[in-house]
Amino acid sequence: MTAAVAIKDSEVAVDEEGYLVNLADWNEEVANAMAAEDNIALTENHWEVINFLRDYYAEYQVAPAIRVLTKAIGKKLGPEKGNSKYLYELFPYGPAKQACRYAGLPKPTGCI
Amino acid sequence: MAKTDFEIPVIGDYLQTPDLHPGAMAKSAPFKAAAKHQQALGFPGELVENWEELAVAKLAELLKRYRSLRVYLDACVKCGACTDKCHFFLGTGDPKNMPVARQDLLRCVYRRHFTLAGRLFPRLVGARDLDADLLEEWYRYFHQCSQCRRCSVFCPFGIDTAEISMAAREILDEIGVGEKYCNEIIGKVHTVGNNLGLPAPALANTLEGLEEDVKEDTGVDVRFPLDVQGAEVLLIAPSADFFAEPHVDGLIGYAKVFHQAGISWTLSSYASEAANFALFIGNYAQMRKVALRIRKAAIDLGVRRIIVGECGHAWRVAYSFWNTLAGPFDFLDPRYPIPQHIVEFTYDLIRRGVVKLDKEANDHMKLTFHDSCNVARATRMGDRPGGQFVLPREVIKASCNHFFDMTPESIGEKTFCCGGGGGLLTDELLELRVKGALPRMQALREVHEEHGVTHMAAICAICKSQFSKVLPYYGFPMDTIVSLHQLVSNAIRMGINS
Repeated sequence: MTAAVAIKDSEVAVDEEGYLVNLADWNEEVANAMAAEDNIALTENHWEVINFLRDYYAEYQVAPAIRVLTKAIGKKLGPEKGNSKYLYELFPYGPAKQACRYAGLPKPTGCI
Repeated sequence: MAKTDFEIPVIGDYLQTPDLHPGAMAKSAPFKAAAKHQQALGFPGELVENWEELAVAKLAELLKRYRSLRVYLDACVKCGACTDKCHFFLGTGDPKNMPVARQDLLRCVYRRHFTLAGRLFPRLVGARDLDADLLEEWYRYFHQCSQCRRCSVFCPFGIDTAEISMAAREILDEIGVGEKYCNEIIGKVHTVGNNLGLPAPALANTLEGLEEDVKEDTGVDVRFPLDVQGAEVLLIAPSADFFAEPHVDGLIGYAKVFHQAGISWTLSSYASEAANFALFIGNYAQMRKVALRIRKAAIDLGVRRIIVGECGHAWRVAYSFWNTLAGPFDFLDPRYPIPQHIVEFTYDLIRRGVVKLDKEANDHMKLTFHDSCNVARATRMGDRPGGQFVLPREVIKASCNHFFDMTPESIGEKTFCCGGGGGLLTDELLELRVKGALPRMQALREVHEEHGVTHMAAICAICKSQFSKVLPYYGFPMDTIVSLHQLVSNAIRMGINS
């Protein structure tokens, strides 16, 4: 089963959970469109997280562990933001799953 | 916390048997596995043409293989003892979530094909053909069972609904109708080594980061060794321990205990997963394949002991099945339990005074303990019956000053499932998970109000993730749930023992 996210004049295919079918389809418009569907306007701080996820994925082929992510964000945005509470404020459905979706990564699986 | 399109149950004064809501959860179903996830496990990619015939043939095979299954399908006298014991029934009121009704979905097909009365007079004995509607009900309601086995404690015949659910899921897989969540994950274990799909370089990077964190926090060089040849102990942790919170705080606890004990240990990048989701789909061959990775890693690394981290069903598979599934483990040191649970390991070190704890470090918390279903009802710890209930509590009490148990009918062998076990920890089942957590939330609320309990410890990765997700729906902060070894980690006295 597939669905699609509309972007301007075209659309990209996503799976039943809203993750990209083809990771190569990702661009910033896709992230914005996915966030808009959740009534979220992506801010600079969201983009710090999304960009870090993309860089990490490019190197390791997996999303970073929550501690790796919070540490990296703490370094970039200040120690008061280097915690999962802050990430949940940005991504209320959970940083691991919602942020990965916007970043065009596969859904993290397992006991998480 | 995300918004919901379902009603969140209200916690009452005491646990009430709900009014019946027929069909309340008739729509609840997990996503079906795609062809590639099915085929990776050797199952048909989609529903096969002669599925009814194949399903009955598979049931025949299972009846032959598991004598228990036939006994369970024959023995029920409809006494009703199980009806109000399932957390999913208590949370949803859907009568099909009564364990007996769930069993009957398979029992009616069994009667039709494997009993004389059912073959001759199907209607008189509640026997049914497996048609498309029933098949869909199987898929839905056998994925509303977390295989926690609470109902079996109350059944006068000991009928184990978990085994019936596992058999149904195995038949479903065999005819091409698998669950995406479980089957995709099992495939990842075969190819990458863990549920998360965490490759070795990412695991190494994560562990290095933890070494830095602990050094920063404590000033001590605590190692998180990976693939170390000749280590004494191979630690098999659920991969969520590398990835999620509060799981990782438990992993840090294990590492500190090993450090203080001075026992060399290692993780394996080949067998970087304690969980064995093949249990949930009832498939012996898959379960064996997953378990054999651990055996191979232990042999390749030349370890003398295997210790299992905080993962409920992993401990069930290890404790109850490893010996015949992937054994014999005669290459391990027989002076230690084979396998050993991390709680047994830490308990022993505390008792012998090797690990010393400053309870005051956890004075900001008042703790209770959630017995995880698989540990509680399918395993043991230590050298006496009930050790699986005693040892975790002893470790907690050695780590903190304030511990209060929840009401007796919700702990020990009568513990309630967290609501996310058995392959149901997936987002599309959120309504089921929230509602299934109701009995546990009720008991937690009681100790919260009576004793001011602020935190609940657990020793299962699924429980921890499930509670992190559902606690906020009941007005508790998500970090109410903690890892047991997180408490040890906070309290352990690091440095040279005096």
